Amino acid sequence: MTNKWDATSEHLLRELAPQVLGAVARRFRDFPSAEDAVQEAMIAAFTQWPQQGVPENPRGWLIRVASRRMTDNMRSEIARRERETAVAAETENLTSLLDVEADMDPDDTLILLFMCCHPALSPSSAIALTLRAVGGLTTAEIANAFLVPEATIAQRISRAKQTIKTSGVPFRLPSPHERTGRLPAVLHVLYLIFSEGYTSSIGSHLQRFDLACEAIRLTRNTKTLLPDSPEVAGLLALMLLTDARRAARTGPDEELIPLDKQNRTLWDHSQISEGLELLTAALSKGSVGLYQLQAAIAAVHDEAESVEDTDWPQILALYELLNRVAPSPMVTLNLAIAAAMVHGPAKGLELLRALDRDPRIAGHYRLDAVRAHFFEKMGDHEAAIQHYRMAAARTTSMPERNYLLTQAARLAGD
Amino acid sequence: MKYILMMNTMKAGHGVPAWPKKDLQAHIGFMMSINKELHGRGELVSAEGLAFPDQAKLIRADKDGQPVTDGIFPESKEFLAGFWIIDVDSPQRAYEIAATVSAAPGPGGAPLNMPIEVRQVMSGPPPDML
Amino acid sequence: MKYILLMSGTRAGVEAYHAWPKQDINAHMAVLHGINQDLAASGEFVATQGLSGPKEAKVVRGEKNGLPVTDGIFPESKEFLLGYWIVDVANAERAYAIAGRISAVSLNMPIEVRQFATHEAKS
Repeated sequence: MTNKWDATSEHLLRELAPQVLGAVARRFRDFPSAEDAVQEAMIAAFTQWPQQGVPENPRGWLIRVASRRMTDNMRSEIARRERETAVAAETENLTSLLDVEADMDPDDTLILLFMCCHPALSPSSAIALTLRAVGGLTTAEIANAFLVPEATIAQRISRAKQTIKTSGVPFRLPSPHERTGRLPAVLHVLYLIFSEGYTSSIGSHLQRFDLACEAIRLTRNTKTLLPDSPEVAGLLALMLLTDARRAARTGPDEELIPLDKQNRTLWDHSQISEGLELLTAALSKGSVGLYQLQAAIAAVHDEAESVEDTDWPQILALYELLNRVAPSPMVTLNLAIAAAMVHGPAKGLELLRALDRDPRIAGHYRLDAVRAHFFEKMGDHEAAIQHYRMAAARTTSMPERNYLLTQAARLAGD
Repeated sequence: MKYILMMNTMKAGHGVPAWPKKDLQAHIGFMMSINKELHGRGELVSAEGLAFPDQAKLIRADKDGQPVTDGIFPESKEFLAGFWIIDVDSPQRAYEIAATVSAAPGPGGAPLNMPIEVRQVMSGPPPDML
Repeated sequence: MKYILLMSGTRAGVEAYHAWPKQDINAHMAVLHGINQDLAASGEFVATQGLSGPKEAKVVRGEKNGLPVTDGIFPESKEFLLGYWIVDVANAERAYAIAGRISAVSLNMPIEVRQFATHEAKS
């Protein structure tokens, strides 16, 4: 008995992937090999189900296929080692495949999330492994998303699993105390995936996998697993409130449109509503973490029907709070922008001067870009043009370079 | 057959183009439409722009094998600004694409006629993984 | 962050290289191959290419009627691109370290390191 493969089937497969991996990794006590086996089962499903239909018990199917791969690999391993007594014992183990599904634990996806985002992993390894093991993406999809060869992603995943093996990360849920300490790493990986996806929504002709959408899905799932965490809710709110603006960010010629020039009717208002709801609930829990703060700032922008309606004093206050909680040159930069909107561009320029002495940001293109914007507001077009051009020369983003050059050209043409 | 098309137009310290807005937009639009067309015809493998020459580094190794990053570029050096890797049926098609790129509009809408270097690239397999 | 590492040389330099004993050329190729394998293993490899000699190269300009015009090129002393590596690394220092390694095994030729401009915006 099978069901037709349709538009929801891919989504179903991805949702099942971490559940299957959890079951197989737990049963065979070998996360790295289980991950490979599940990947093979996923590829088999993607190949066969569109033609043969979706099995009645898709999860059971995936578990059986993955388990078969595991036992096949174990058999060759055993044959290589030529240990006869081991063969007898292992064969007994191999016959109880059907028990694997019974071994599943609802916490498995959470275990995988913590494992794949373990602080011992480099960010690029953690991102690749999380997308595959928890997200259920194929290696090819991940490679396409990052515009690197498939083999490179395969290698990052391999190294990630090796690190997990050698660090002795156990396949179990961290204790509540450990979880508090480890959660920031998980949220950071999810945030990196979102940023990668959100910023690459330009250049759509390249048709890359939608990582922003994937990050939102993974964060939603994380929230289902950790419903009481205000940080997770805050991160999800931030993603929704940011992603809501995506359609308005680029013009018909793929040019970058800054926030203050965006057509707000193109914003996704249902995402904004959801983000606001989540944020309100998270803030009511009392703690105000980084993601909630950033989400709050995004919320103030998203709630304004027009640029003129933007509550800049509120944004300034939030950046001042952010500056106390987690100061950084970028926060100061954004604070300067808000301060300029409230107190005038001269104030903004004044705040930027401190950044010239900060080696973390001195010479960074954004400093020149923001400075140019303030000079323009003050009517000093020559200085604005100069700084737009300096910023254009330093940015490593083509859309931003084009935007900055166009601003300079616009002013020069007056 | 794979070719790399290289646009070498940058000189260090020359700064960014200071063209009028509509000429700038015409140039950007032109490059974008070339890429879209090549992509649509299945001829585009990749198209990349590079960061401006101010950030270029010339690296050698010191006696301990550590990278030394303060190499000086020759005065007259022209820097690579960007490149295309194309997969086409003939060298003539490669030259045709290069000529199109070369004629990208500049100030006043006039074709820039930039020299585009065309080199054949081997389509061999990537190095063995493990 | 993606970087391209460029190895350039002059015609005279390339001719001198071709005059090396065959086993020295093979040894050099093997060392470069080893570097490529290491980059693959570290998950940083994107692409590498050796380019055909400048004799086969063309420089093309668009003629007024749109037809390509090919110039004779590469005077003896001018530098041309011999090959490149494209890597995806965590930071600039890593790109420089890889370039340093390539340089060290290639008669300490300078390797030019250039960052890719991304197709995406930063914010």
